[in-house]
Amino acid sequence: MIELSSTSVEILIMLGKSAILIGILLQVAPIMAWVERRGSALMQNRLGPNRIGPLGLFQSIADAVKFIFKEDPIPGHTEKFYYALAPIVSLIPSFMTFAVIPIAGPITINGRQILFQVADLNVGLLYIFSIASLGVYGIIMAGWASNNKFSLLGSLRSTSQMISYELSMGLSVIGIVMVFSSVHLGEIARAQGEILAQLGPLTIPKWGIFVQPLGFIILLTAAFAETNRLPFDLPEGESEIVAGYHLEYGSMKFAVFMMAEYVNMTTASGLLTALYFGGWQMLPGFSQVLNMLQLQGATHDWVRVGLEAVSFLLKVGFFMWLFVWVRWTLPRFRYDQLMDLGWKVMLPLSLANIFATGVLIYFGWI
Amino acid sequence: MLVKEKRNIWTEIYLVDIAKGLFITMKNMLFAPKVTIQYPEERRNYSERYRGMHYIKATNGVENCTACMLCPTVCPAECIHIEAGERPDKEKYPVKFEIDVLRCCFCGMCEEACPKDAIKLSMIYEMSTATRNVWDKAELLDQRGNK
Repeated sequence: MIELSSTSVEILIMLGKSAILIGILLQVAPIMAWVERRGSALMQNRLGPNRIGPLGLFQSIADAVKFIFKEDPIPGHTEKFYYALAPIVSLIPSFMTFAVIPIAGPITINGRQILFQVADLNVGLLYIFSIASLGVYGIIMAGWASNNKFSLLGSLRSTSQMISYELSMGLSVIGIVMVFSSVHLGEIARAQGEILAQLGPLTIPKWGIFVQPLGFIILLTAAFAETNRLPFDLPEGESEIVAGYHLEYGSMKFAVFMMAEYVNMTTASGLLTALYFGGWQMLPGFSQVLNMLQLQGATHDWVRVGLEAVSFLLKVGFFMWLFVWVRWTLPRFRYDQLMDLGWKVMLPLSLANIFATGVLIYFGWI
Repeated sequence: MLVKEKRNIWTEIYLVDIAKGLFITMKNMLFAPKVTIQYPEERRNYSERYRGMHYIKATNGVENCTACMLCPTVCPAECIHIEAGERPDKEKYPVKFEIDVLRCCFCGMCEEACPKDAIKLSMIYEMSTATRNVWDKAELLDQRGNK
C-alpha cells in the first residue's frame, strides 16, 4: 500500500468526483433525447422511435454515430475560429454549474468527511448564477461567427431574453437565501430537512417550495427561459428565424449545442431541487425503509447516501420530465409577450416576494 | 364579431390553465389510442381499385395479349413498347412487351383500353429499385394480382 499524503488524497477524491459527475452529465443528453422523442410522440398519439434496441433506447446511440461520421463542412462565410469555438463555449459552463449542487448528504470515511458535491463553495448560489450567465456567450458567439442574419437575430433574442430573466431569477432566490440565511447549497439542502409543521400523521418538511411557493414559480419560469426551452425558445424559433443561432451548424457541432441545452436543463433541475425540493432530503417513505433495514455503522451510512442520491435523482428526473412535458403542451410566446412577462410580471413579483419574505421573517412566522 | 373572452384572476395568472393543459397532454400520452401504423408489419388497407405494379394476365400459361397496340396508343406517358409477332397458328402475340416504369403515371388507361383483359394494374405498391430498369415481358408475366 502506497502512503498518500493528505493533499494527494484530496486531489484524488476531487478527480474521482469530477469524473463521475461528468460521466453522469454526458449520459443525460442521449437519454433526454430519447425521452423527448418518445414522450412527444406519445403525447401526439404516435409511437416514436421504437425500433433500435428495447423500447428504442439505442436510437440515441445511432444518432450519435450518425453525428460523428457525418461530413462536417465549415461554411465559407463564417469566422472560422469563433465558429468552431462557440459550441465548446456553450457546453463548458453547463458542465461547470453542476459542480456545486450536492447530490447526497456527507459521509465520513476514516475520519475524513466526504461531501457529495464536486466543489464545496461557500458562495455556491452566486457561483451558479455567474457561471450560468456565461452560457449565453456561446450562443452570441455562434450567432455572430455564423455571419448570417437569422443566426444573429437568434442570438440577439437569446441575449435580451437571458438578461431579462436572469434578473427575476436572481431575485427569486433571494427569498430562499433569507429564509435559510445561507448561499451555501449544501447547507440549504441540509436545512430543508427540518420540520416545518405537523398536520396529524403528515410531517411537512421545511422544503423551499412550502416556505417560498411564489419564488419557486418564478425560478421555474425563469429556468425555462434561461435554458431556451419552450414556451420561451424564441432564439431558435423555426417559423421566424429558421433555426436561430445554430442555423449554420451541422453534425457534431450541432450535437454539442443540443448537449449543452440538455445539460443546462439538468443543472436547472438540480438547482430547483436543491433550493425548493429539499435537495438530497429523502422522499417520503425512504427514511422508513432505512429504519426498517436496521443497519449498523458504515453500511447504514452508505445505504443512507444511496437512498439520498436516489431521492435527488428522482426529483431531478421529475423536473427534467416537466421540461419535456411543458414543451409539448404550451405554444411559443410572442417576443413582446415574453418581454412583458419578464419585466412587468416576474420582476415586480420577485421584488414583492423578497418584501413579503422579509416581513414574515421579521414577525418570526417562517 | 370580436367576442371578448371573460377573464378573471385565475385565467389571468395562467397557472391553472397550464395545469389543465399538462393534464390533457398526459391523458393523451397514457390513454389515447396510438395512430401509428408500424409499416413493414402492419399495413394500411388500400382500396380494391388501387393502381400499382403492372402485370399481363395469362390463361393456361399463355398471355392474353394479342399485341393490338391499343395500350401504347392510349398511354399518356408513352411508356409501353410492344413489338408484335406471329405464332405458328397465325395468332398475333407480343414478341417484346416493355414498360418503362419511370415514365408510367399509373393512370390505368391501358387497363381500360385493353380489349383482351391482358394488361392489369395490381395492388403492389412497393416498387422502389436501385437501378433505372425497364420491365420486360418475362417480368410482367408474373401473375401478381387477382384482377
